[in-house]
Formats: sequence, structure tokens, C-alpha cells
Amino acid sequence: MKSEFLLQIKELKATIDNKEILKGLNLEVKPGEIHAIMGPNGSGKSTLANVLTGRDIATVTHGSVTFEGKDLLVMSPEERAREGIFLSFQYPIEIPGVSMVNFMKTAINEQRKHRGLEPLSASEFLRQMREKKELVEIDSALTNRSVNEGFSGGEKKKNEIFQMAMLEPRLALLDETDSGLDIDALRIVANGVNKIRRTDTSVIVITHYQRLLDYIVPDYVHVMYDGRIVRTAGPELALELEERGYDWIRKEADVNEETWTTDRK
Amino acid sequence: MENDQDKVLDELTSGEYKYGFVTDIETDVIPKGLSEDVVRLISAKKEEPEWMLEFRLKAFRHWQTMKMPAWAHLKIPEINYQDIIFYAAPMQKPAPGSLSDVDPELLKTFDKLGIPLGEQKRLTGVAVDAVMDSISVKTTFRESLAELGIIFCSFSEAVREHPSLVQKYLASVVPYTDNFFATLNSAVFSDGSFCYIPKGVRCPMELSTYFRINASNTGQFERTLLIADEESYVSYLEGCTAPMRDENQLHAAVVEIITERGAEVKYSTVQNWYPGDKEGKGGIFNFVTKRGICKGDDSKISWTQVETGSAITWKYPSCILRGNNSVGEFYSVAVTNNYQQADTGTKMIHIGRNTKSTIVSKGISAGFGQNSYRGLVKVLGKAEGARNYSQCDSLLLGDKCGAHTFPYIEVDNPSAIVEHEATTSRIGEDQIFYCNQRGISTEDAIGLIVNGYAREVINKLPMEFAVEAQKLLQISLEGSVG
Repeated sequence: MKSEFLLQIKELKATIDNKEILKGLNLEVKPGEIHAIMGPNGSGKSTLANVLTGRDIATVTHGSVTFEGKDLLVMSPEERAREGIFLSFQYPIEIPGVSMVNFMKTAINEQRKHRGLEPLSASEFLRQMREKKELVEIDSALTNRSVNEGFSGGEKKKNEIFQMAMLEPRLALLDETDSGLDIDALRIVANGVNKIRRTDTSVIVITHYQRLLDYIVPDYVHVMYDGRIVRTAGPELALELEERGYDWIRKEADVNEETWTTDRK
Repeated sequence: MENDQDKVLDELTSGEYKYGFVTDIETDVIPKGLSEDVVRLISAKKEEPEWMLEFRLKAFRHWQTMKMPAWAHLKIPEINYQDIIFYAAPMQKPAPGSLSDVDPELLKTFDKLGIPLGEQKRLTGVAVDAVMDSISVKTTFRESLAELGIIFCSFSEAVREHPSLVQKYLASVVPYTDNFFATLNSAVFSDGSFCYIPKGVRCPMELSTYFRINASNTGQFERTLLIADEESYVSYLEGCTAPMRDENQLHAAVVEIITERGAEVKYSTVQNWYPGDKEGKGGIFNFVTKRGICKGDDSKISWTQVETGSAITWKYPSCILRGNNSVGEFYSVAVTNNYQQADTGTKMIHIGRNTKSTIVSKGISAGFGQNSYRGLVKVLGKAEGARNYSQCDSLLLGDKCGAHTFPYIEVDNPSAIVEHEATTSRIGEDQIFYCNQRGISTEDAIGLIVNGYAREVINKLPMEFAVEAQKLLQISLEGSVG
């Protein structure tokens, strides 16, 4: 039976170097929804991105993650990508000598192969490249260069969104995509995300700040603290966080924790 | 080009050594071992003139006084020269005139290697001299090249038909006393290619020699002589493969290039001799002397090599820049995986004024492979205004392999400018994960990254070979990441 959720995370616990970082996280994302995950440094936001994309620095010790009803945790990182999970990296990686064109073509055709489709013809591929480049207002010359090599911080982020546009994921994870961007680049990146989004694409925006959420308006804002989602509300929560900071969440969460443990006793 | 790239990636799922088969063909083999009698026998088999025999005998006598060089960063097991067969020729009618005279088994073999010799299927734009074991099987496009005055034939034929040219240029770049393996080659060389481009002619197609070792316990000692007369141009390709065998086989070749005034030779090699198995058993010992002389002013020699095969490679394609304003180039990618070893590089000898050389060497080590770059840049006193730029990069995959760089620089002219850059890097986990996250498997990611790293060199190859070389790079690194 197909789940109504695109992504379903239940009681997820994960460790890095034997230290528990995620401590029982729950999250459900329906197709087409935008979720923002906010929270102070060290709350486990990036670890969540690592676990979802299968990076082996984090070890899952408990819980389950299903993607379109399938067990995500047994899939290799490349399988997850081919299934439609895309991560916009906080720090995109440079690959000298590998042209963007070649890189993108390989990636797209791997995905197509996974879905039982023929490789894209050269002309169709180039047409898509052109179209998507315009969408994210990326300089044409960039795609003739090696992957991220010599790109400025803003160019790298735009390049991530460009790749996202090319790959048309089911679920896009934007990990601190706004960090290091000036306001113009931020606007371009955010507009890019909005234009690319189809009705069934879901987005999880991981961010410190509210400012990206001015452009990408979330359906839900979650606050992460100490390895768990401690509060969920609408977009107004982001504004509240912007105003009041995270301290009150921290206090509240700690209090809840106490109450909870007391209750249990 | 992009489509080829996809094909490359698709083919990589089954990447073992593809050329390891043996052709079942009757072979004329002389007894094992090396002696003056064997040298005479080889010469007699080839019905050579007296001067050729004399050359061989001089070389053989000199070789007996020599010792194998020990300076390379290589572990070479003892080679018993009395246990090697020095001449093995697939049986066929003498000097096949037309294709129907060539044994169908041989045609099939080269077909299988992707080197069709049949009139219909010939590679367009590439003339091939196909050499199996000790003899040349067939040279294609000879007649159409001859119309331009280009001589392209097997070495044996050149000795018979163009003796004055051979006598003039043979050993003029690599003298018979040059080094242990070149001297051995001078004594026992069996066949190889000969090429002469006359004055002012631009060779309209790529010339190529394809070397195949087939017989067991046999050494291959071929000799290539390439002469580009004034203002001429030729692009020359060399490919090679061998069956998979548990024993090591010796390949000791000599290549000599001469460019007269204003001439240019581009020499490309895709070396894919059997590298031995994963435990390091078997494989070819590839001990080769390649050297060119830019004899005339304004001439140019460019070496490009992609070295993926052989158990051990010992090879330094070099340029003697004698003519004023002459140019020497060396572009190299050398891969060592499993237990392969390579000690390779170049020598650029600047003699003429305003001579220029460029060295780009890219080493890739994986498994337990050991990869050394060894290069000499020498600027003589009269080489006013000489320039050299060297770049030596090493890429490591895994932590059990080694990369070494041995640059030698000797400058006797104060106006010379010599630059040397070197880097060592490792394929990063983060690079691989980045590719994985875009749906690219780890093997393919390594292929992409390695090809990206080697691109500067691969781009120097003629296009058909560039595709071949990319495939090879990836195949030879298969399984190198756990």
C-alpha cells in the first residue's frame, strides 16, 4: 500500500563516533510540502541530512525512515539519489578536470537508467541545460568549467540549485543553502527553488535564519534541539525565533524533558 | 564525444583485462636461449644483408659486457635470458601481398582486438602495421600512402627495400651501446615499423603500429624508426596487448624519431600490456627505450603516453633538442594498480638556442602499486634562451600504494628558465560522496575523477584513442576502492 507520506521518519536515533546526536526524531513529509528545520548549532540538523543521504559518518542505531513507502536506510547513497533525494550541500565539493556537462550528464543518465529510461539524447540534454541555467540565472561559462572549481561561494550555491533543477528530485534537502550568500544571490537561489518546485516535489530547508524563509515560504517550521524536533508550527514560528532567538526553546525543551522524565517516574 | 563517454561508463561494469586470449596458430619458434648463433639465426630467418648482421653482432658482444641497470625504483626479479625464446613468428606465406594471403586466424585476432585489417572494415583515417610476436602481419593503406612518397612498412621490409635510409638513421638516436635493454634489442630485434615522411608532406592519416604478444615464453623486441623530413608532419600511434599468462614476459623495444628542419612528429602510446593478476603474478616487463632528436631548426617532437598495463614499466621517452627553436613535449599518464610498478618519465636535452620543452606527468597509484616519475632536464652551455616547464602530479587511491618523484635538473646556461611544479593528492571521500549523492556509483565516480585528473594528457591523444584511453583508465582501476 502506498503511503500518503513521501518521507516518514520514526523515532530516529543516530550516533557519530559513538556519541548520540539524533535522539528519537519524528518527521512526516507529504508530497509537495515545504518544511523548514531550524535550530541552534549542534542540534543535529546536518546529521539528519547525512542520515537521509546515506553518508556513512553517522550510524543509525534505532528507528526507521521510509521514502515513498520503501526502507530508505538499506539503500546506498547513489540509490537514494536515483530514487529522487537531492541534497544541496552546505559546502559544495570541487572536482578538478571533470566538466559540469559531463558530470551532469552522467548523473542524469544514471537516474534515468534506474527508472528504466533510455539515456537522454545530446540535443535534449543541452536543451535542458540551457533552460535550467536561465532558471537559476547561472552564468553560461560556469557549466563549461570543472565542477565547482574556482567558483565563488555564491556560484557554488547557485550551481547546487542548478543541479537540482536538472535532476528534478522528489525530495530536496537544502542544507544551509543561504549561508554565505548576499541578498541578491539569496533571492536568485530562492526564486530558483520556487520555480523548479513542481506540485509533488517536497523540500526540507535546513537553516539557521529566517531570511531564506521570506522567499521560500514553508508549510511547517520545526525547531530541532538536542537531537529531536521539539516544536512544530506554521511559518510564524520562524519569525518568532528570529525575534526571540533559541534560548526560550532551549529552556522550554529542557523543562519538558524534566517534566517528561518526572511523569515517567 | 559525450555519447562515447556514456558508452565508456556502461562498459565498465565488466572490467577485466579484455585482451587476455591466446590465438591458436602454428608458430615458427626457435629454441630458447641467447647466443651468437641465435643472433645469426634471427638474421638468417629474416634474410638480412651482411651489414645488418654485423650491427646485431656488435650489439650482442657489447651486451655481454653489460649489467642490468639497478637505479630505477623498481623491484625486478632476476631474468634468465637463457629461458626466453627470442624469435617466434606466426606461420604464413612469406610477405603476404594481399589480404587473402594472411592467415584468417590472424585476421580474427586483430579483429577481436578492435584492429580490423580487412579492406572493408579498416579503421578510417588510420593506417595500421600489425605486429604479432616477432613479425609484421600486415600493413594497411601502404599503397595510398606511397602515392605521397610516404614509406610505411615493417622494419624487415625497410631493411630490404630502403637499406640506405635504414643505414643512415638506424641507431643514430639510440646507439647500440646506449643501455642494457636497448643493446639487447639491437642484437635480437625482430620486427617493428618503419616510416619516412618526405619533405613538405603532411601525412593525411594517423599511422599506427599495433603490437601483440601471443606465443608463450617469448620476448618481444621490436624496433621502430620514424623519420620526418623537412617541413613534414605525422601523427603516430602505438597500441599493445598480450595474453594473460602466469609467467612474466619481456618486452624490450626501441623507438627512434628524427625530425629535420621544420618537421613535427606526434607520437602517442596507449600501453596496455597484460599487467599480471591481482596477486601480482605474471604480466609483461616493459623495458623500453624511446628517444627522438629534433635535428633541424624549428622542429618538434611530442610524446604522449597512457600507461595502464605491464607488471613493470621502465620507460623514458626523451627529446634531444638540437635544432634551434626546436620543441619537445612529454605528456604522460601512468597507472599502477594491484602490484604493478612503473618508473617512467622523460629526458629533455636542450642543445640548440631558444629550445623549449614541456613535461606534464600524471601518476595514479592504487592497490599496492608503486609509481615513480623520473625526469631529467638538461640545458647545455650553448642553449641560449632555453625554457622548460615541468609539472608532476601524483594521485593516490588507498593507503598501500606509493608515488615518488625524481626530478633531475642540470643547467649550464644562465639564460635558461626551468620551472618545476609537483603535487600529490588523494581522491577525497567527500568528492566520491558528492558524486554518490548525484546518483553516480563509487566506481564511476572514481572513473570520472581520474579521467578529470588525467584530462590534460588525454586531450593530447587523437580522438579515437582518447576514448580508448579513458576506458582503460577506469578498467585498470576497477576494484581499487574497497
